[in-house]
Amino acid sequence: MTIRAKILAAAAAALLVGTALPAMAVTLRYANQGDLKSLDPYTLNETTTNAHLGHIYEGLTKRGRDLKVEPGLAERWEVSDDGLTWRFFLRKGVKFHNGNPFTADDVVFSANRVRAQGSNFQTRVPSDAEFVKVDDYTVDVKLKKPNPILNYQWDTWYIMDKEWSEANNTAAPTPAAATSPSYSSLNANGTGPFKIESHQPGVKTVFKKNPDWWGKVEHNLDEIVFTPINSDATRVAALLSGEVDVIEPVPLQDIQRVNSSPNAQVLTGPELRTIFLGFDQTRDELLFSNVKGKNPFKDPKVREAFFKAIDIETIKSRVMRGLSTPSALMIAPELFTYSKDFQRPKYDPDTSKKLLAEAGYPNGFEVGMDCPNDRYVNDEAICQAVVGMLARVGVKVNLMAQPKAQYFAKVLKSGNYQTSFYLLGWTPGTFDSHNVLYDIEGCRDDQSSSRGESNLGNYCNKKHDELADKILVENDKAKRDQLIKEAFQITTADYGYIPLHQQSLSWGVSKKVKLSQRADNSVLLYWAHKE
Amino acid sequence: MLAFIVRRIFQAIGVLLAVGIIAFSMFRFAGDPVNQIVSIDTPAAQREEVRRSLGLDDPVPIQFARYLGGAVQGDFGVSYQFRQPVSDLLAERMPATLELAFCATVFAVVFGILMGVYSGLKRDSTLAKLFQTVSLIGISLPTFLIGILLIYLFAVTLGWLPSYGRGDTVRIGWWSTGLLTSTGLLALIMPSITLGLFQMTLIMRIVRAEMMEVLRTDYIKFARARGLTTRAIHFGHALKNTLIPVITIVGLQLGSVIAFSIITETVFQWPGMGLLFVQAVQNVDIPIMAAYLMLVALIFVLINLAVDILYTVVDPRLRSTIRQPA
Repeated sequence: MTIRAKILAAAAAALLVGTALPAMAVTLRYANQGDLKSLDPYTLNETTTNAHLGHIYEGLTKRGRDLKVEPGLAERWEVSDDGLTWRFFLRKGVKFHNGNPFTADDVVFSANRVRAQGSNFQTRVPSDAEFVKVDDYTVDVKLKKPNPILNYQWDTWYIMDKEWSEANNTAAPTPAAATSPSYSSLNANGTGPFKIESHQPGVKTVFKKNPDWWGKVEHNLDEIVFTPINSDATRVAALLSGEVDVIEPVPLQDIQRVNSSPNAQVLTGPELRTIFLGFDQTRDELLFSNVKGKNPFKDPKVREAFFKAIDIETIKSRVMRGLSTPSALMIAPELFTYSKDFQRPKYDPDTSKKLLAEAGYPNGFEVGMDCPNDRYVNDEAICQAVVGMLARVGVKVNLMAQPKAQYFAKVLKSGNYQTSFYLLGWTPGTFDSHNVLYDIEGCRDDQSSSRGESNLGNYCNKKHDELADKILVENDKAKRDQLIKEAFQITTADYGYIPLHQQSLSWGVSKKVKLSQRADNSVLLYWAHKE
Repeated sequence: MLAFIVRRIFQAIGVLLAVGIIAFSMFRFAGDPVNQIVSIDTPAAQREEVRRSLGLDDPVPIQFARYLGGAVQGDFGVSYQFRQPVSDLLAERMPATLELAFCATVFAVVFGILMGVYSGLKRDSTLAKLFQTVSLIGISLPTFLIGILLIYLFAVTLGWLPSYGRGDTVRIGWWSTGLLTSTGLLALIMPSITLGLFQMTLIMRIVRAEMMEVLRTDYIKFARARGLTTRAIHFGHALKNTLIPVITIVGLQLGSVIAFSIITETVFQWPGMGLLFVQAVQNVDIPIMAAYLMLVALIFVLINLAVDILYTVVDPRLRSTIRQPA
């Protein structure tokens, strides 16, 4: 080796060492189908967005790996005996990313901001709840009527910094219809375990570890790089080639391949979302049917016949490739104590035919079915299976599968509920039964109330609604669960809906990474370990 | 000449208006933007508020007029999904698309000409036959399939190239470029091949046919008779003359390369305008869709205008017909 070569080699070695050191930092690369569209935590209430922002922002409460409510920015809380005053004791010594201290003022400010016009999270905090600052680290919430689940959604009501928001002219939430970009939609200042390093909407977001975070660090990451990858095949390829460490979701047909690859595997588990079928039970004549002058779905026998005609095990094995959990209730078993007391009626096409004949349709009838084709796991394939099964009992279903953009425009209230028979999925935002009893199963008859707004077919039972009202204000958990059970018994007996299954979560994870999977499909990387 | 250009500019404005009107009337079938903006359990009253403030209650012609009014002043509205001005988003994404289109064109031209010349000169060799087969595949396989196949071969199996994205980029003013970093250059290879393959095939076939045609002509025979080297004949005389149609094709195809980069960008998660457009369609983001379609129309119109003007410059015979429109 000449002297020059030696010098060169030494220089190269020094360079390598020099560049190798910062490379020791642990970077986790994560790709999701969806985007992080706004950094303003009150703009869009959607699981993926909420989970992303959960790395930067924190609520007064948190939810653990098992979804239990835990203390977050509030260390503890007390409820008065009448249930009308909740006192929250805030954590001391917490700092926002810009160094500002976290105090009661921020909580009161955030409570007003989250309920302001333009927020997509107005239901997080009851509109008539009054937030009173007792001292810098104590806040009282005064209610007009008791609310046992007041803080159930507070893990995603993220607390913002009053001073920062006001200084940056972003004290009002960025509305969905904003005509100019607001500061908070591109910048963030939370208290969470990670900070935003850079954010390019729709392209790339980089999170850096927050060294000053108050909590016990349960990850070993220095950096998270998030990239949306829309194309399924590309997302899977990026995982298999090791360019990303975590992807969500893995399409069902690719699970086998990921699992057989040397460097990645798929984490699966039942998701909280319930996929179900619903009927138009309100119109006197169905919109899309050959039955004229009457609505067959008003007859519980027809609904029962439909229920019993569906072979859920076949849907599970053929359509969902074993990755679904058939369901007897309109809420996931994880979210309701007495779920086990409910059983699906058995698949029984003969009874189904008999019931249809009794209802006056011995030769069946024709009905149109609305189904999204890009919203839930294998949604269109499920609908096709249902069409085939109903054909066997004589019902001819005309399937109208469509992209979600068209589907929701048609079947929701904004589209005047134009559907006769449909497939939908629902996760109660509160992780509590009342949400299902109110939004999905409540009667739609009172125009001034928001009850039943997502009850597309207007299943209605007054006794059920009375129970729902009691459940709303019942503070005793045992009593409350009993009431919920009664309410679900009514819907089940009415065959108001056909719950199908819990679809499966499927996250692709590099073998170098250890991750906790939460049933609400929030990919939370503050529990991630990477070798 | 000036009158011709002015007339063409008026025609171009007409084309843009037509594209705008067609696009705008089609958007009603894309779905309801409000549902993409709010979450599924958003109360109806709030949905109505969003709808009202976005002006979606107004009849389509009024919405279109309002859009045009803004567009004339360079304001293309605010994206529904990102809450950013559309012009900013497009400007942010434009370098990615243009660099990709540029590299794809360079790839298509270089390899198209090389392969075309080779298979024109040695049309019976095995390699020439292989080129023919490859070109058939290039023409008949859909772009996304080619992209996926490349990804699985070079990213997953061999691990040589990145499967998605643009790699590291460097900012020069408002232009972000991937041409100056090693990861950026690596990331360009597969998307460029995918996007350029069709063009490459086209060029290769034209060059091959033209080469074979030209080699039969008299002046090549005379050149041979004069004792010029084979190399001089092939490249100095024959190739030069085959390049004229190639230049025409490349020019005309440039617009398509930019417009059809949509599929390539989706497959490779290439953060360009095409990907932005696809995401906009999924989310019924009308301002982005409208602006992108108008932009693509503008690119086509400008290229055609340039080609027309260049023709008259090149071929004086055309000028007389321009002066007297039929």
